[in-house]
Amino acid sequence: MRLFPSLYGWVSERLDVTPLVYLVKKKSVPAHRHSLWYYTGGMTLFFFGVQVATGILLLLYYRPSAEAAYESVQFIMTEVKFGWLIRSLHSWSANLMIGAIFVHMFSAFFMKAYRKPRELTWFSGAFLLFLSLAFGFSGYLLPWNKLAYFATKVGTDIASQVPVLGHSILVFLRGGEEVSGATLTRFFGFHVAILPAAATFLLLLHLLLVQVQGMSVPPALEKNPNAKSIPFFPNFLLRDLLGWLLALLLLVVLASIFPWELGEKADPLAPAPAGIKPEWYFVFMFQTLKLLPAEIWFIPGELAGIAAFTLGGVLLFLVPLLDKNPTGRWGRWISRLGWMVAAYIVAFTILGYLWPAAK
Amino acid sequence: MASEGTEKKTRREFLNFILGGGFTALFGAVFYPVLRFVMPPAKSEAFGGSVSAARIGELPPNSGKIFPLGESPGLLVHTAEGEYKAFSAVCTHLSCTVQYRPDLGHIWCACHNGHYDLTGKNVAGPPPRPLTEYPVTLSGDNVIVSPSRGA
Repeated sequence: MRLFPSLYGWVSERLDVTPLVYLVKKKSVPAHRHSLWYYTGGMTLFFFGVQVATGILLLLYYRPSAEAAYESVQFIMTEVKFGWLIRSLHSWSANLMIGAIFVHMFSAFFMKAYRKPRELTWFSGAFLLFLSLAFGFSGYLLPWNKLAYFATKVGTDIASQVPVLGHSILVFLRGGEEVSGATLTRFFGFHVAILPAAATFLLLLHLLLVQVQGMSVPPALEKNPNAKSIPFFPNFLLRDLLGWLLALLLLVVLASIFPWELGEKADPLAPAPAGIKPEWYFVFMFQTLKLLPAEIWFIPGELAGIAAFTLGGVLLFLVPLLDKNPTGRWGRWISRLGWMVAAYIVAFTILGYLWPAAK
Repeated sequence: MASEGTEKKTRREFLNFILGGGFTALFGAVFYPVLRFVMPPAKSEAFGGSVSAARIGELPPNSGKIFPLGESPGLLVHTAEGEYKAFSAVCTHLSCTVQYRPDLGHIWCACHNGHYDLTGKNVAGPPPRPLTEYPVTLSGDNVIVSPSRGA
């Protein structure tokens, strides 16, 4: 007896699955010289899946308190069988996921994939980018080590610069006036409950929109009468799988050769160590704040910097509404601006790593 | 009949008002406690008393020590001249914990390279304000810092 056809028959007698089968059969992906970028979203999805799986495993041993967090991660790294692998995979995959998101975001940006009717896909994607940064920021504190402790102090202090509501935001984030065990408990809650719930919802929306609207083709290639495409199933999916396999290989190699460090346990009565840095995807902002003078005109330098980055985030979110005429002069200027922003991010990230720690 | 129509409309409006008001009240009754719940209760207000920051002789001249000042850290400096000085150790820039640099002879924040002199004044880097200085007294064997007395 063949299991699959009889199972299929059993289900289809109860639930009409033909529309789903039709969708899978009909779905195709445009093939052109920029098609490679279509795989970046799937790559991000793969890393997200690794995060969910390894994150759930880490939950079996992790303890979210100032007294036990560091020790529990130490236990995972030294005592639990393959604990070092699971935690290193979680850390490496987190970083590769953020990297994949940036590539995915910039490729969608330069191919103008956000133009009508795909504005909602861009909005949900931008939200997912912000959520991923929040995931990274909250997860960074959880091992309760020195670097994370001070990165969290600085990061939450930045939030307190918001006019009027700043102090309330700071107290809300820290669970008090200072970064303490209360902050750790909160960040744990954000990291494993609130952010995953929000991300799952937005991710489903994002994927649904992509399925309904199909892949966007860059404006320059859109009018091509000889446009080619390949079936999604199995051609595109198999290529996706190959990419995921390579990504898994890269992850395992990185996690095995460079297991993630734990560092020293956080001590609220120790001075900030020299050369502290946030995670690499915040370094360009950190470096900017470091170089700003105490006052720009009459505004405090840090406030000016933070306001500029907030504005940048808002503009990024609103790109589909700002780029009214993607193929016109204005649209070309928006692309140039995008290149400048990308160059700024790369330059200041490199500068952040080369800058001498102490002077 | 016209009057009945008007009456019906008024009744509909009344019911909508009650329903809308009821939902608004429900919304408030649900979210007000949630909002209050997520804001942690204030601990006993800013640390008031005095604290023994170090023992005399514990710190050689030209060195510093972080000590707990209520919930936040304080910095005690024993200057090269043999004087004790105490400050809030919270950098006025982005609230990292500062430290005394014996090689520079002044206070330094590692996070964004901020410098303060030994009166707490911000002299270089991004810090926008001086560190708060606290009065120090020597009592028996102890170096006592008293934030409540102001500086």
